[in-house]
Amino acid sequence: MIQADEEALLPAYVRRIPTGGYRSLNPLTKLTLAAVAAIVAFGVRGWTGPAVVLVVVVSSALVAGVLRRMAPFALATLPLVASILLVNTFLYPNAHDVIAVFGPLAPTWTGATAALQATLRVVAFGLSAALFALTTPIDDLLGELERRHVGRRGSFVVGSALGAIPRTVDRAREVVDAQRSRGMDTEGRLWRRFRGLVPLIAPVLFGALAEVEERTMALEARAFTAPGRRTILRELPDSGWQRAVRWLLLVGSIAAVAVSLAGAVKLP
Amino acid sequence: MSGETAVSGETAVSGEAAPRAGLVLAGVGYRYAGASAAALVSIDLRLEPGRVIGLAGANESGKSTLCLVVAGLAPGVIGGRLDGSVRVDGIETTAMRPHELAQRCGLLFQNAATQLSNTKATVFEEVAFGPCNLGLPVAEVVSRVWWALRMAGIEALAPRDPARLSGGQAQLVALASVLALRPGYLVLDEPTSELDPAGTRLVADALARIARETGAGILIVEHKTDVLARIADEVVVLERGAVALSGPAATVLADPRLVALGVEPPAAVRLERAVRVSGIEWPAALAEAIE
Repeated sequence: MIQADEEALLPAYVRRIPTGGYRSLNPLTKLTLAAVAAIVAFGVRGWTGPAVVLVVVVSSALVAGVLRRMAPFALATLPLVASILLVNTFLYPNAHDVIAVFGPLAPTWTGATAALQATLRVVAFGLSAALFALTTPIDDLLGELERRHVGRRGSFVVGSALGAIPRTVDRAREVVDAQRSRGMDTEGRLWRRFRGLVPLIAPVLFGALAEVEERTMALEARAFTAPGRRTILRELPDSGWQRAVRWLLLVGSIAAVAVSLAGAVKLP
Repeated sequence: MSGETAVSGETAVSGEAAPRAGLVLAGVGYRYAGASAAALVSIDLRLEPGRVIGLAGANESGKSTLCLVVAGLAPGVIGGRLDGSVRVDGIETTAMRPHELAQRCGLLFQNAATQLSNTKATVFEEVAFGPCNLGLPVAEVVSRVWWALRMAGIEALAPRDPARLSGGQAQLVALASVLALRPGYLVLDEPTSELDPAGTRLVADALARIARETGAGILIVEHKTDVLARIADEVVVLERGAVALSGPAATVLADPRLVALGVEPPAAVRLERAVRVSGIEWPAALAEAIE
């Protein structure tokens, strides 16, 4: 726990307290909300689970002012969504309510319904993860986990890897430029772009692996593996009601899944 | 435990502790795990507190390996086989754990981007990362951060986002991050290799200041011999993992064998040679001005 006189030593830009209804929630509360969203979206049968999650996530994103910034996250789910739609609509097992026949392919209503439901689940989960990522700085989450002695090493690795994404993107761009300068065509049709990806993979992958070793040594050189408690410079506000809400949400979501799976309550 | 080692690190830099024995390599050889040939062969080297030793040599001559060995990361973290002895103020590096070594001998790599944690929102917090890992009191962390930022000459960068710095600035942040652990010795592996002339000047100025004001011993690998001419007391040139030349910086950097060893002499030396080759007498006033 940081004492008031110690906190006064820290510059204002280090003490910064998140503001705003959703953003000012404790990182662990936001992490719990994201976890509960995943549990409900995938665990509750029918349309109700994912629909409720989607409504809550979009409302929260509006309150937090990040709705527009969630678009790239939604787009990132497109390949998965496309494969879910195609596979379920055209190849759903034991479905006979055919919509139309296209040669050997016969999409079914049952398959299409299952595909849309699965899509809704994926999008709801993707957006809840996006909401968490856009409203919670990595450092805040790591500090909070550190304060609670939870998986520091693992969470640091994940946090650091996420932080390194822009650098990996830059490296990929450099490799593409290098390939282009040697005559490789990476523009135009989809097939050409896809073909351009192949020589990109090895340099980016091996470069990233080489960096991992250097990063590991750099962390050692900064006493990352020192035993004992770390010093926390920023303690983010938490409260009794947030703790209660976290437990309620976890227990409630698990109960909802159990009820749904048992078929005790008919949900649309 | 970390508190104890932290204090010893601090006193080592400030010079308040008992006289330091220096960083001493005796008959050091090193072979990477799985390698058929040794990367280092019979290296003897002594770095005294407050002194700067420049390390030069062609690519693959063993400079970076020597840095890893001196900082205890080889074989401590990356494995391999070490022969001979590496002692920091009388203690074998193999007898210390990485976080203990980090407080005695700081290591800076050439790529600043891989040294920053990628998780901190401000330079201040990035520099505080090491002291926080040691569990030091907040007041001590804050004091160390401001000291390290001042030594690196980047106090003004404290509120900035580490991900949005120039190459030179990022390297200085990485340097400050290492300094914040208050090591008695600094090992710098080509800290200016990715920097433009302005960035190189910034880093060289900071290193000169650190050596002068903190009493830290500095071992710096550097291809830019002008930087070595400016800040190094001694220069060691490696060839195939062994010492090929060593001695006072001015003597080694003017040695005619330097080029054959894959090292370009400083501009002043090249200028003097060009003047002498053309048959013109080397003006004493010019020599004095360069000096």
